[in-house]
This record gives sequence, C-alpha cells and structure tokens, in this order.
Amino acid sequence: MMLLLAVSVGVLFATGTYMMMRRSLVKLVIGLALVGHAANLLIYTGARPLRGRPPLVETGESVPPAPFSDPLPAALVLTAIVIGFGIVSYTVVLVKRAYQDVGSDDLHDYTKTDCA
Amino acid sequence: MIVTLAILIPMLGAALCVVAWGHIRTQHAIGIASALGLCAVAATLIYRTSVDGTQVVAMGGWATPYGIALVADRFSAIMVSLAAIVGLAVAIYSVGATDRQRASYGHVPLVLAMIAAVCGAFLSGDLFNLYVWFELMLLSSFVLLTLGGERPQLEGAIKYVALNLFSSIVFLATTGVIYATVGTLNMAHLAERLDALENPMLATSLGAPLLVAFGIKAAVFPFFFWLPASYHTPPPVVSALFAGLLTKVGVYSLIRATTLLFDQEQVYVGHAMLVVAALTMVTGVFGAVTQNDMRRILSFHIVSQIGYMLMGLGVALTLAETPGAEDAAALAMVGSVFYIMHHIVVKTNLFLIAGAVIRVRGTSDLKSLGGIVSTHPFLSILFLISSLSLAGIPILSGFWAKLVLVRAGLEAGAFWIVGVSLAVSLLTLFSMMKIWTRGFWGAAPEQASPAGEQAGGSGLAMVYLPIVGLALITLAIGFGAPAIYDVAVAAAADLLDPEVYIRAVLPRAVGAIPEVAGGAS
Repeated sequence: MMLLLAVSVGVLFATGTYMMMRRSLVKLVIGLALVGHAANLLIYTGARPLRGRPPLVETGESVPPAPFSDPLPAALVLTAIVIGFGIVSYTVVLVKRAYQDVGSDDLHDYTKTDCA
Repeated sequence: MIVTLAILIPMLGAALCVVAWGHIRTQHAIGIASALGLCAVAATLIYRTSVDGTQVVAMGGWATPYGIALVADRFSAIMVSLAAIVGLAVAIYSVGATDRQRASYGHVPLVLAMIAAVCGAFLSGDLFNLYVWFELMLLSSFVLLTLGGERPQLEGAIKYVALNLFSSIVFLATTGVIYATVGTLNMAHLAERLDALENPMLATSLGAPLLVAFGIKAAVFPFFFWLPASYHTPPPVVSALFAGLLTKVGVYSLIRATTLLFDQEQVYVGHAMLVVAALTMVTGVFGAVTQNDMRRILSFHIVSQIGYMLMGLGVALTLAETPGAEDAAALAMVGSVFYIMHHIVVKTNLFLIAGAVIRVRGTSDLKSLGGIVSTHPFLSILFLISSLSLAGIPILSGFWAKLVLVRAGLEAGAFWIVGVSLAVSLLTLFSMMKIWTRGFWGAAPEQASPAGEQAGGSGLAMVYLPIVGLALITLAIGFGAPAIYDVAVAAAADLLDPEVYIRAVLPRAVGAIPEVAGGAS
C-alpha cells in the first residue's frame, strides 16, 4: 500500500509539473490541480495508513491498540482538499475570462504586462 | 483574548460588509471602523507583549501543543500594528478612489478579509494553520487583483496565481513531510523536536523546500517574476495594499522559520541567505532603473528592498555560532525589523501617491508626466518625503534602517554585502530622482490632463488624508528613531532567543507523544 501511494505521489508530481511547464493555460490549470493532488496524497501517506485498522480507543484505554495509523493527516488533507477545490475553481474562471479577453490559450500571447 | 481580536475584528468587518452588500457607503464605514478597531487592538498588543511578554491563546481550549495556538511575541505585535496602519490607510483611501463598479463587487470586504488573513499569518503558532492563512490571503488577493477584469489585470493575475499557487503547494507538501517526520505542527513543539533530531542535516533538508515556498511569497531573487508582472495592473489602492503587506508575510515567515524552527545549521543557511539577499537587491534595482512607469519602478523596488530585510537576517544567522558576536547578530536582526517597519509605511505611501498622480493626471507613465510641482506642490512634497526615505537620505526613516544594517554588516566583517547594499542604495536614489525629474519637475506636457481634478471634491480629501498620515509616520520614524530602535531591539531579542517563544507556548516540556505505527503496510 505504501509503495502504491509513493508511486502515485511521484507520478502525480511529475505529470503535474510537466503540464505546468507547457505554454497552454488549460494545461497549466490541469498541472496545478495534479500537483495539488500529489501534495494531498503525500500528506496522507505521511500517516502510514494501515488497512482495516481504524485508530479507535478501546474503553478504559488511552491509546488505540498498536499498530495504528495517525488520524491527524486525514483531517489536514480534508482542509487542503477544500482549499484546493476553491482555488482550482477560481483559476478555471480566471483562465476562461483571460481567454475571452486575449483570444488565445498560448502564454506567449500574454504580453501586456511584460516589462518592455 | 486580545490576540484573537486582531483576527476577529477585520473578519467580522468583512462579514458585516457582505450583509450590507450593495450599500457602498455603509461598507466603507465598516471598513474604516474595523481598521480603527484593529489599530486599537494592535496598540494594546504592543503594550501587553512588552509588559507581560509573549501572549499565547489556545484556540478552543485545547492545550498546546495539541490544539492550534495563536502566539504574539513582540515581533508579531509590530507586524500586526503595521498591518493595521496599512489597513487604515487603504480603507480611507478606498472611499475616494474606488470606482462604483469595483466597490459594488466587494472591494471593501475583500480588503478586510485579506487583512484578517495577514494578521492571522503573523499570529499563527501552528505550521498548518499558517498555510491556511496563506491560502486565505492569496484567495482574497486573487480576487482583489482581478476585480474589474481589465486585460492587463487578467494577464498579470495568471502569472501571479500560477507562481503563488505553486509556492502554496510546496508549502503544503513540506508541511505534510515535516509532520510525518517529527509528528507535530505546533511551531514551538516543532522547534524542540527538530532540535532533538539526531542529524541536523535532516532538519535543514526539511526546511529547504519551506524556505523556497516562503521565498516565492517574499519575491526573492530567483522567484520574483510574478511581482513586477502583476503589481502595476490593479487599481493603485490595491497595489498599495499588496506592496505593503503581501511580500512581508513571506519575509515574516522566512524570519520565523530560520530563527525558530530550522535553527540547527544557521551559519550555512545564513551564508546562502546573504547571497540570495544580494542578488535580490541587485536584480530588483536594475529592473527598476530600466522602467519608465511610476508603478512599475516602485514594483521592482519592492523586490530590491526585500533583499535588505534578508541581509539583516542573513548577517544575524551567519554569526549564530561565533562566540562574542551576539551584539553584532542582535544589531543585524534589529536592522531587519527596523527595515520592515520603515519599508511597509513608505512603500504603501509611494503606491498611494502614484494613485494620486494617476488621479490628477490620468497616467503614471513618466513619458507623459511632468510639472506636477507647479500644479500640485503639496503632493510633490509628500512624494519627496517618501522617496528620499526609501533611498535612505539622512534623518528620514530609511536612513536609520540602512545605517543599522550597514553597521551590523561591518561589525560582522561581511564587507561585500555592505558594499552591495550601498551601491544599490545609490541606484535607488537614482531611480527615485528619475521619477522626480521626469514626473514632478519640468514642464507639464502640452495636452491638458484628460481625467482627474473635476472628479475630485470630497473624494480627493480622502485620497490625501492617508498619504499625509503615512508621510507623518515616516517622519516620526525618522525623527523618533531612538524610540523605534528600542522597539525593534525588543522584537529582535525575542527572535534571537527561541527559548522565549517555546517556553511561552509550552511552559513545561511535553512528554513524548505515543509512537505511531511503523512503516508496515
């Protein structure tokens, strides 16, 4: 399971970074979303997730029976996913508006703010 | 309690503005009232932190290090007060300068939300919580930047959004890895546990991506391209708010990270920081020299000035392990803090003045400006005060900030960085004088100003009021330098002794948290 997660994180980071470096704005958004997912998955992997062992504390105990996985990263990821969703939605709208104004998806046509 | 108010007041103001949607006058009133409230809270915070020491609030009653803590030491208190001052200036300026369309689409609540997030970032004592404040700040700034939807705004926003989102993702991923390695997110607890790591290089390599993420936000040398591409595009009042606060949150985080969390190999980090600082200063000022638009020049100067703040930090870090150099290290840190205080006030004011120039002349392009001295002598004097202060002319605030930095550099024996900073100062003076001679001095251009003046009236008074106020603060920092210096010394003392921060948050050492399952999958 850890191996699968580790490989997925790596693949997501690689593809996302590649997409971000393309000139197309749509690919930039896709890249940002992918890299965001990679980061979320990385945090989740940090919890060392275990199959079928929820970290529940038995009555009269103060710690869950070992081995258990850390529940906190799941909470962190949840927050990060919500923020990431909002930001990607904003970026999609921004790219659409920019496309309507500039009439191009190619970053090389976005020269209005270049420092001449 | 008082710590929470610094975030609650602007946040509540933003919420009230949403309730008063469409009532622009009410929103402006709420904006100014919230900013005034924040100023009062900030003043109390400075008083309380200097009398009672570091203030800690455990949110929701969850004891540290398990819950999220808000921590205000003397450095945080200064940063919050600066945010409050900028907030007040921007709230007042907005009344006279924001057009109806932008105002009715939520300019005021967005400004307040951003200030709340900035204060949150300055006060957060939890790494993940800091990330959340960063995101809140970014989202408000994204919308403020694009509000109005003009083409340059959208183009600038794409560059701004892409780079800043990337930095957030790096920050988030690093936070996850740090938690997985040391098992805590509370900054004080993190500082203890990172120190307890067997291999200090592990801590430094955990910190490196975090410094990159903060470096992008602070617009330091290899990562600054988003700033000059976007800061001149929104309305001047928004530029002023960004110029004053956004990059400084990055600088604040860099200072916190290197002095509190990743203080294991400070000398090594410090040398790297000095190189970055020098390159940031030089590239920023060269960028500025080639520009011909007031706001573009000022944007590049932000980059250049970030270098000075990092210079103080870098010098202080390089001296961390030199015996007998405590005084020089403290002086360098004082220089950084003093520079931040001076810079936020002056930079915000310069952007507001650029806005006033656009208002009376319809442009900030130096090629079509000229003769403002004869038509608006008062505005010209205000510009002169701020610009000469930025360049570091004696008696004005920038002079003292640079003096402290240069002295610290000389005492530390880092002569090359002192040389670079002085040369950059000269170039700063050159480009400020370029704005002065081409924009303010000389003859007015042939065609009379198209926009402006007639639109003035009471609105113009609201534009001048914050500019005069900030110029007075600049003068006060300059003439009252000893008092401000003492404040900076106190803040630097808190920064250079991480124990102060750690013991305030964790009065007693925390026992080990039960071990989590090992790598078995």
